[in-house]
Amino acid sequence: MNGSFDEKKADTDVILKVSGLNAYYRDRDKAGIFTGNGARKQILKNVSFEIRSGEIVGLVGESGCGKSTLAKCILGIVKDHDGRIEHASTGAQMVFQDPYGSLNPAKTVGWILEEPLRIRGELKDPDRNKKVSEMIHLVGLDDSYLTRRPNELSGGQRQRICIALALMTEPKLIIADEPVSALDVTVQDQILKLLLKLNRELGIAILFISHDLKVVYSVCSKVMVMKSGEIVEQGTDDEIYHDPKHPYTKQLLASVISA
Amino acid sequence: MNRKIRENFKLYTGMLISGLMLILAVIGLKFTPYDPNEMDVSSRLAGISMAHVMGCDNFGRDIFSRILAGIGTTMTVAVGTVFIGIVLGTVVGALTGYYGGRVDEILMRFNDAVLAFPALLLALVFISVMGPGKYNVMTALGILFAPGYARIIRGEFLRCRNLDYVQSAKLMGAGDMRIMFVHILPNAFQVMLSTIAIGFNNAVLAEAGMSFLGIGVQPPDPSLGLMLSEAQSYLFVRPGYAICTGIAIVLLILGFSMLSEGLENNA
Repeated sequence: MNGSFDEKKADTDVILKVSGLNAYYRDRDKAGIFTGNGARKQILKNVSFEIRSGEIVGLVGESGCGKSTLAKCILGIVKDHDGRIEHASTGAQMVFQDPYGSLNPAKTVGWILEEPLRIRGELKDPDRNKKVSEMIHLVGLDDSYLTRRPNELSGGQRQRICIALALMTEPKLIIADEPVSALDVTVQDQILKLLLKLNRELGIAILFISHDLKVVYSVCSKVMVMKSGEIVEQGTDDEIYHDPKHPYTKQLLASVISA
Repeated sequence: MNRKIRENFKLYTGMLISGLMLILAVIGLKFTPYDPNEMDVSSRLAGISMAHVMGCDNFGRDIFSRILAGIGTTMTVAVGTVFIGIVLGTVVGALTGYYGGRVDEILMRFNDAVLAFPALLLALVFISVMGPGKYNVMTALGILFAPGYARIIRGEFLRCRNLDYVQSAKLMGAGDMRIMFVHILPNAFQVMLSTIAIGFNNAVLAEAGMSFLGIGVQPPDPSLGLMLSEAQSYLFVRPGYAICTGIAIVLLILGFSMLSEGLENNA
């Protein structure tokens, strides 16, 4: 009886539920009048998992296994998929891998941060500025950055701006696609700490995509292992690291230890 | 500072010459020593004097005044041409580069077809349909220049459309039009700048060429090409007429080609 009550409570906590997701990719550049729509390739096979509010879930796997495609499906960028993706609240946001490509080089930081509010038409001018300033302090920078352009900032500073940008729309879930792999080690650590702090203070759930098992182990409470578009194993971080079931997980762990 | 100037010699010289010509053009539109269209039979083909610094043409019109006004006309046509070309080219380039696929295929094949024609020949066709005159020259040349700009803009959009900041804007809920013209377009501008200067040159040359052939600006409106065509009849009587007009065209083009090269080196 107690158990069923817990289950019910847990259900309301689920902010993202993915079940039986298959995703496909079409090579758009090869499409043309004479060549048809290009080849359709299956990227994700029967992916199911859930993310509860306040959780940090790691998604590991080698490059090209479909991690980013999964993120794009959740965000609605990849539209060619079947299966169910249920969001409890509107809009997850994304922090991208390459902090050099994810900020528009022609705009100032202030403009970039204000853009989501402008698009949604949510707040009036003075309130918008206030919110932008609030966010930039939250990620550990100050107002003097607002008038600068992205090319004047370091990789770590840019990634902070990206995180602030993702927070602007107050999402319940942030998808971080290899957020630290383009940064050097000391900066990596700062960004990871920032993500943990935001998770703790704002209760934001994070889907943390990485190929680096060590990083995932240090931040995530739950880990999913992906191979060729399938999730081959999922569990708490201790289960995965100390008692891996699937041969691929064992192989991944072995490669970290030998490295 | 000194080294910087030497490195950007072309940029600064180009800016200087173009700036000078621009000032002359603005002056020519508002003020000339004589009315450029006023004929004075008594001073037909008059030589250089204090009253007429470059002499007079076969109708007794002051050549200096006509060159000033001609620079103005030519520049107006060139600016109009580049403007029409840029607007059309940007729209086509943005749509093809951003959407890709069929839109790209269809619009770019049409684009290639226009590019494949010799420009002046196609301009002749346009003019014979629309009739000669300043504004028709602008429109015809603008349409002809658009495919070239479209290619460049398309390339930039192709490069930018898959960058993360575009994805990020999409996630924020920005529409396609906003992404194309507010997010991506400012990034294409740097590349556009030197192309605009080259386009300006081509427009000056094309306008002069068309007016020389009699299908551009119509008399009595002053235009450098038109004046050059008149001057060739008096080449041996009054060589100063052709030389002064020629120098004006050369300076106009030299300034902008140096400017465009300088901008390219700078980028």
